[in-house]
Amino acid sequence: MPSNNDFTIRIANVNGTGSASANSLLMKTLFRMGIPVAGKNFFPSNIQGLPTWYEVRASHRGYLARSGSVDIAVAMNAETYQRDLRELSSGGYLLYDSTWPRRDVLRREDVSILAVPLARLCNESFDNARARILMKNIAYVGVLAALLELDLEIIRELLRETFARKKPLLEANQTAIGMGYDYAREHLNCPLPFVARSMDGPGSKIIIDGNTAAALGCVYAGATFGAWYPITPSTSLMDAFRSFCARFRTAEDGTRDYCVIQAEDELAAIGMVLGASWNGARAFTPTSGPGISLMSEFLGYGYYAEIPAVLFDVQRVGPSTGMPTRTQQGDILSSAYASHGDTRHVLLFPSSPKECFELAAAAFDLAERLQTPVIVLSDLDLGMNDWVSEELTWDESYRPDRGKVLGAEELEKAEAFHRYLDVDGDGVPYRTLPGEHPKGAFFTRGSGHNSYGGYTENAGEYQEVVDRLRRKWDYAANIVPAAEIRAAKGAQAGLITIGTGDSACREALDILAGRGVALDYMRIRAFPFGEEVWRFLREHSRLYVVEQNRDAQLRTLLINEAGGRAEQLVQVLHYNGMPLPATAVVSAIEADMTRVQAA
Amino acid sequence: MSYIARPKVSHPALARNDLGLTMRDYEGGMSTLCAGCGHDSITGSLIQAVFELSIPPHRMAKLSGIGCSSKTPAYFASSSHGFNSVHGRMPSVATGAAAVNGDLQYIGVSGDGDSLSIGIGQFVHAMRRNLNMLYLIEDNGVYGLTKGQFSASADAGSTAKRGEVNEQPAIDPCLLAIAAGCGFVARGFSGDRAQLVPLLKAGLSHRGFAMIDVISPCVTFNDHEGSTKSYRFTRENAFPIDHTDFIPPEAEIKADIGRGESQRVELHGGGSILLRKLAREYDIGDRGEAYRYLDARQGKGEVVTGLLFLQEGGADMHELSRLGETPLADLPYGRLCPGPDALAELQNRLR
Repeated sequence: MPSNNDFTIRIANVNGTGSASANSLLMKTLFRMGIPVAGKNFFPSNIQGLPTWYEVRASHRGYLARSGSVDIAVAMNAETYQRDLRELSSGGYLLYDSTWPRRDVLRREDVSILAVPLARLCNESFDNARARILMKNIAYVGVLAALLELDLEIIRELLRETFARKKPLLEANQTAIGMGYDYAREHLNCPLPFVARSMDGPGSKIIIDGNTAAALGCVYAGATFGAWYPITPSTSLMDAFRSFCARFRTAEDGTRDYCVIQAEDELAAIGMVLGASWNGARAFTPTSGPGISLMSEFLGYGYYAEIPAVLFDVQRVGPSTGMPTRTQQGDILSSAYASHGDTRHVLLFPSSPKECFELAAAAFDLAERLQTPVIVLSDLDLGMNDWVSEELTWDESYRPDRGKVLGAEELEKAEAFHRYLDVDGDGVPYRTLPGEHPKGAFFTRGSGHNSYGGYTENAGEYQEVVDRLRRKWDYAANIVPAAEIRAAKGAQAGLITIGTGDSACREALDILAGRGVALDYMRIRAFPFGEEVWRFLREHSRLYVVEQNRDAQLRTLLINEAGGRAEQLVQVLHYNGMPLPATAVVSAIEADMTRVQAA
Repeated sequence: MSYIARPKVSHPALARNDLGLTMRDYEGGMSTLCAGCGHDSITGSLIQAVFELSIPPHRMAKLSGIGCSSKTPAYFASSSHGFNSVHGRMPSVATGAAAVNGDLQYIGVSGDGDSLSIGIGQFVHAMRRNLNMLYLIEDNGVYGLTKGQFSASADAGSTAKRGEVNEQPAIDPCLLAIAAGCGFVARGFSGDRAQLVPLLKAGLSHRGFAMIDVISPCVTFNDHEGSTKSYRFTRENAFPIDHTDFIPPEAEIKADIGRGESQRVELHGGGSILLRKLAREYDIGDRGEAYRYLDARQGKGEVVTGLLFLQEGGADMHELSRLGETPLADLPYGRLCPGPDALAELQNRLR
């Protein structure tokens, strides 16, 4: 049941009608009122005309996952009226544009229908055809302001900031807000039984999406080269990187301290990244599942020839083209073992924009220390949606860890250099950069090579190198970010998740605790799995593995790589393309517990 | 690619270049290609070219894809970094490498299988970006390592070793390069070192993408009657249209520049090219004419060789990307990180 500062609004729009600014205005208003809020955009793979939804959840307890319910539906799309009405929670409110009354389709006894003639109001107030369409969106924010007692002054201030340089637009927006607000006050029962109440300010928190935060991480880690092929939902990561670099890395004469190349395809994008890394720059490519498939051959090369590279896989729904604008965690296994032969890759799993920022930077250090590709597995929900995030901070003392690179001076002094020799016993060899010193030259190859970098078809020499790669992998498990573990008093079982499973799982744990079920919690942040992951698995006889794919890929990885046993790991799966709600986690766990008790 | 270390024996009388290095200093591992392979002659020409240009070996980077041709970077300049990449994708590696350090001399060695089938997309896009590199296609019309299948450069009507007739038209890398906007397009023949070495030197000195298609007969699978990439066919039908001499920046021009017959073209990368016209009937800088001429002569079965098209002064990838003098790979971190204050300031607008 909704209550003050605890409700969900779902707005149904038509793609391309300019609703995004109205929806973000609504989210930001709640944010500035100090109310924890989450905004999620459900959009089609389309530029104009198809249905799109935006869901805003206010939660004074700070839950950022989907609530699973809809308390207010704003039905601006005639095509989806019936669906929007059907999905409204019992006792909820449906707001629609009554310029064209639709009593016949809007029948449901257990909800309230709120009629506002938004189009008529806009037609009366605006001459311009475009404004008439756009301002309908702003007007419903005005209506919601009256219904929920949103702080009008915050709304007006946000508009002033947004349209500081566009006076006529500012006036139109202010008019539309007032129009919706006044109509609602006059004709509707305001306020609703649940409203928004200002809480302690947002403090240092910010609103940011994961892709922008990851791009900032690349800038701060000192990445100078990016190659990419546009693909939803990763595109905004490179857009953001370019815009930050235009601001921070461009001299007055236009000279750039960065290079971004839009490649002809993903096959080339990863090739460029390997070429740039091999030549001494920090290089990355953002992509999504289909891109990882295309990059697989070169990923195997990077693993075997030991070249650093950073990839961001902002996962979308597969298989194949799948649903490009919906979210999933379906690339766990294909990323972990991308490419033929015995190949394995370091994966990082950020769960928040702050972690996108931090793990992006960490990825470059890991890639260079380990001389191998590192894949940061984000997803559409994290990458593209606006999240309320802790402030991003940067340690001024940070210096890039370039790993074992021999410079000209060291080479001058060295007797000889051998590219793939395990000098230190940690499985990580030394590398050199082209152009530094004649003694540093070596031949990088994907074909069989020995510890000295020479070509080989000798059984023993070949095996010596791949065995060392395996030792390097074991070493990697010690230096990747550790899992976050939270123990609960009296817990009999545990819950494991990754990435965006975090917010829904934390909420689910609270709900379950309220019902007397205590569970330990582990959020895995990296692959290979560290000792703490093995221990968590050893210490629990029953573990729920919550992930957003059909085939329980994380669970498979835990069985393959962390000593997990099939009978111990219970899969909790959500894979319809919508972000995971807490309710789905709770009901799956309760159903399992009932089954176990009955058995 | 198998290789055997070559013994380092140097005769005191060996000629030395401006760096005091001998040709031996530019050699690599022993070739494991078939005896008589055209590719080995090209390697020899390349060693001579970089030796004569006095390029410090460690300031070169050798890159290749997959195939017989792509093995050759192991056979020269063992003091240079090499990158034997995956099939058809050397251009992308070269692109990334060149973007972050424009100061090295990039030499890409590919083949007709590597560049005209699996790698044709990357090959064309590297030209479109005008990457500053020498790009060689060691062209034998056949897949050697998989034992004799036609490649995309095999001429229609030519036959495989066992008699099968190729029905598909050839993709000519020179016509493709001219159409794709490449600024330096040449064709050589592995058996004509006198023509090839100056072409290689000119290509190495050209700023931008220099593509040289070198007909390089495969003695094992494509040197028979019916092949149009055999030693015999190429010798009989080679049609050199001009002779190229590379003149280093500091050298005095002694060659005779006959009016209308010879032409000197200044290179932006330094030095100049002295072009002596043999049969060429078009302006070397006219893309359309070059294409038409080449297409017409080749239609008659001639193997047109020489410098076929040259356009100096086009902006290369480095310039188009507005990169500065210091390579990206050498920029100090302090210049790259905006710092904590900028981060705090940036976030003021996210509230």
